[in-house]
Amino acid sequence: MTATTPVPLSPAGNPIGFGRMLRKEDARFLRGQGHYLDDIKLPGMLHGAILRSPHAHARLVSIDTSAAEAHPKVKAVITGAMLEGLKLAWMPTLSRDVQAVLATDKVRFFGQEVAFVVAEDRYSARDALELIVVEYEPLDPVIDARLALAEGAPVIRDDIEGKKDNHIFDWEAGDREATDRVFSEAEVVVAQDMLYPRVHPAPMETCGSIAHMDRVTGQLTAWSTTQAPHAHRTLYSLVAGLPEHKVRIISPDIGGGFGNKVGIYPGYVLAVVGSIVTGKPVKWVEDRSENLISTSFARDYHMHGEIAASRDGKIKGLRVRVLADHGAFNGTAQPTKFPAGCFHIFPGSYDLDAAHCEVTGVYTNKAPGGVAYACSFRVTEAVYLVERMVDVLADELGIDPAELRRINLLRPEQFPYTNKTGWVYDSGDYGRTLEVALEKAGYTELRRRQAEGRERWRAAGGSPEDPGAGGEHLMGIGLSFFTEGVGAGPKKHMDILGLGMADGCELRVHPTGKAQLRISVQTQGQGHETTFAQIVAHELGIPPEDIEVIHGDTDNTPFGLGTYGSRSTPVSGAAAAVVSQRVREKARIVAAAALECSPEDLEWELGRWQVKGDPEKGKTVAEIAMLAHGTLELPEGVEGHLDASVVYDPPNLTYPYGADICVVDLDPGTGRVKVDRFIAVDDCGPRINPMIVEGQVHGGLADGVGMALMEAIQFDRSGTCLSGSLMDYLLPTSLDCPSWELGETVTPSPHHPLGVKGVGESATVGSPPAVVNAVIDALEPFGVRHADMPLTPAQVWLAMRGRPLRTDIVEM
Amino acid sequence: MRVAMNVNGEEVGAEVEPRMLLVHFLRDELGLTGTHWGCDTSNCGTCVVWMDGEPVKSCTVLAAMASGRDVRTVEGLEQGTQLDPVQEGFMQEHGLQCGFCTPGMMMTARWLLDHNPDPSEAEIREAISGQICRCTGYENIVRAIRWAAAHQPAKEVAS
Ligand code: FES
Ligand code: FES
Repeated sequence: MTATTPVPLSPAGNPIGFGRMLRKEDARFLRGQGHYLDDIKLPGMLHGAILRSPHAHARLVSIDTSAAEAHPKVKAVITGAMLEGLKLAWMPTLSRDVQAVLATDKVRFFGQEVAFVVAEDRYSARDALELIVVEYEPLDPVIDARLALAEGAPVIRDDIEGKKDNHIFDWEAGDREATDRVFSEAEVVVAQDMLYPRVHPAPMETCGSIAHMDRVTGQLTAWSTTQAPHAHRTLYSLVAGLPEHKVRIISPDIGGGFGNKVGIYPGYVLAVVGSIVTGKPVKWVEDRSENLISTSFARDYHMHGEIAASRDGKIKGLRVRVLADHGAFNGTAQPTKFPAGCFHIFPGSYDLDAAHCEVTGVYTNKAPGGVAYACSFRVTEAVYLVERMVDVLADELGIDPAELRRINLLRPEQFPYTNKTGWVYDSGDYGRTLEVALEKAGYTELRRRQAEGRERWRAAGGSPEDPGAGGEHLMGIGLSFFTEGVGAGPKKHMDILGLGMADGCELRVHPTGKAQLRISVQTQGQGHETTFAQIVAHELGIPPEDIEVIHGDTDNTPFGLGTYGSRSTPVSGAAAAVVSQRVREKARIVAAAALECSPEDLEWELGRWQVKGDPEKGKTVAEIAMLAHGTLELPEGVEGHLDASVVYDPPNLTYPYGADICVVDLDPGTGRVKVDRFIAVDDCGPRINPMIVEGQVHGGLADGVGMALMEAIQFDRSGTCLSGSLMDYLLPTSLDCPSWELGETVTPSPHHPLGVKGVGESATVGSPPAVVNAVIDALEPFGVRHADMPLTPAQVWLAMRGRPLRTDIVEM
Repeated sequence: MRVAMNVNGEEVGAEVEPRMLLVHFLRDELGLTGTHWGCDTSNCGTCVVWMDGEPVKSCTVLAAMASGRDVRTVEGLEQGTQLDPVQEGFMQEHGLQCGFCTPGMMMTARWLLDHNPDPSEAEIREAISGQICRCTGYENIVRAIRWAAAHQPAKEVAS
């Protein structure tokens, strides 16, 4: 099955299977009838607001809430001390740490939650925050991750018994000795430090929750902006000791997630507490500043890479040390055994002799989080590292970056390929994908034009001393080749808080042949209502318009860990295929009973079981559905109705990959970079709905441009977050993005029932190094080998002068 | 204070606090939740509506300032059961994913096409540059507006 196999069309003109299909969910969104969290209004609903710390590190001396309580519209004011009484002051994180719901002893990051006001309306709740008086005793903060483990550094987590430093974990992967050997024998070794700055997913809808605790029944219903409703239900139950069968999480339409909506935030818990205290539903929705300063950031990896190679460009080894800044509480959403997520994919798409990495996680006085923003569990950082290192090596050896990749890419016959950290890449034909991209870009011609441009720049008077002289611009061309491991994950390796990363799925075909599919994953714009209907259509021949996909309500869907890490199609999509196949097999038995033959005598023709050699005799799925619900006598042991359920435990991750080429225009007079062209050739296996896949890629490419050129959550030395609004945290606009040029190759995954690999984060993973490589390439006349993201005009201007800045801390 | 305005052709009024933002008036008082808000700083444009025929960011307009004016929101795009070509274009070209920026984008697109029925890609990008979409990378929004331009009901093109 490939994307190009023509499939029959349904009466409504939709493909009965894979192919371009307009989205079912659009009908409501286009009319302004989406149902996002803040659109929900319940009778008697109250509104919550959070008072946040103005300090990064301070002892809490006292809180006076009396004036706030006296506000005529305030219904409750909740403090950490009150939560301690309820044993709710601390909540577990997804990484087996704890996080303060409201500060009790100290505040540990700028923007930390200190008090919660519940009032009749949102304006009054805000007003009352200003009436709360908090006395702090400021402490020295740890803002520079590189100093977190220094002798005498202030201990952030003195709440943890016996904790005497800011160390969280050490983790390593690969073969240290073999790698050291390769390096000691190598002809060429190059090293480079690089920072993947702290960035933020910043979905257009911020996070929020509405909690309603019914005092009589003890039932908690929480509407939350969550990408993982089932995980949230279990966590609520663990946090608050609520019986899990009395907890219902509803995830309404989500206005973008990108990882921001995986975890549970203090505000969600506070809404629950507010409802318990007042007996009314309580809504809490953060504003944009709160979103940027307090909820899950991403990245913040300080990396030191070393690459070993032969003079003629054969890469031999890769050695990496990472300092991972996890903020004040270790709240990353990672599979338990992998505190650095899937960073072990850092050897990338290349055929190396050995590789080794060490990652050390530290606490700092910054917001917690650490996995978010479409990162595929740290694959983003790993791919950035290796793709920068390959370019650094190309620069050292004087070999064209495309050629260097050609020499070293894994070859098709090496698959399935066990990489140097032990992960098995399922399938790939990397060389072909690279060539398709180079061809599409017109790479040779681009290099020729670049050389001419540099000549013109020099001729006009441009020089490292006077870059802007003459006004000529410089072209930069950047490549990256990425391999992702997505679809977490096999239960034997992967769990979060002991919950295995398998997903349930249920399919019911009603008597008239219309179907409902219940899935455990949660769309945030990816179009699950359409794609998953297409999967069932593909397997059962039911028109996709006759299949309703139900998601986002824990009372109505089977358990599963939700949508992040591009896991929906690889895991839940596989579950949908398998459950459909089960229904198909059951339909065969029913059809055989009706046709008075044996199931083996029947063959499947999309949507119909028919007698081999006598295709006139057969039954459609709709006919079979009616029979299965009717009075037909079924064979011994076969129950009526036409439904099935499944739990899918993926045997391996899937490994989508692709080649990205970026062309930038640099104005050396100002340091301003414009992305002129971006070519992305993705191989994510067969495409269920190519329109949706392309949309996913487009969005990810814009993310990549944003991270490479403008996005960073930055702090001053006192720990104040300087990126707390969309005026300071810049997101790419329509003028920052070129018209994306996409291509595809199709290499199915051998172990996924549909061969599909997942694509949601591919472009976010692959594009940042392509953009950065392009900018560094444009800076070739200045001898620049590296500068950290974001490559703002100021950063590029400084890089041209040989002194790019670190981008995590802003010196004031 | 009392505010009264015409929203999508209907006269509406309510008693509100003087500081109430138009976006909150539309959403909380009138229940027109198609208009969204996404920032505190007039940067995101998820809140764009029309006031007296001009796109405005309704998070930056007080309900009181809109009193006596004509306001048009996304809920006023569809005529009867006929989708506006802009709405149709967003569907045909997959111009939306999560849908959160979409109402604001469509209101700007409708305004653009009313004033420039055949905009170039550059003109479209310029027109929507004050609004952020985090999902689509803008490509399909541009295509959606081009689609709408190519499918305008001829009589409705304003001068
Ligand atoms: S809400 Fe962001 S511009 Fe109005
Ligand atoms: S579609 Fe999600 S922000 Fe634009």
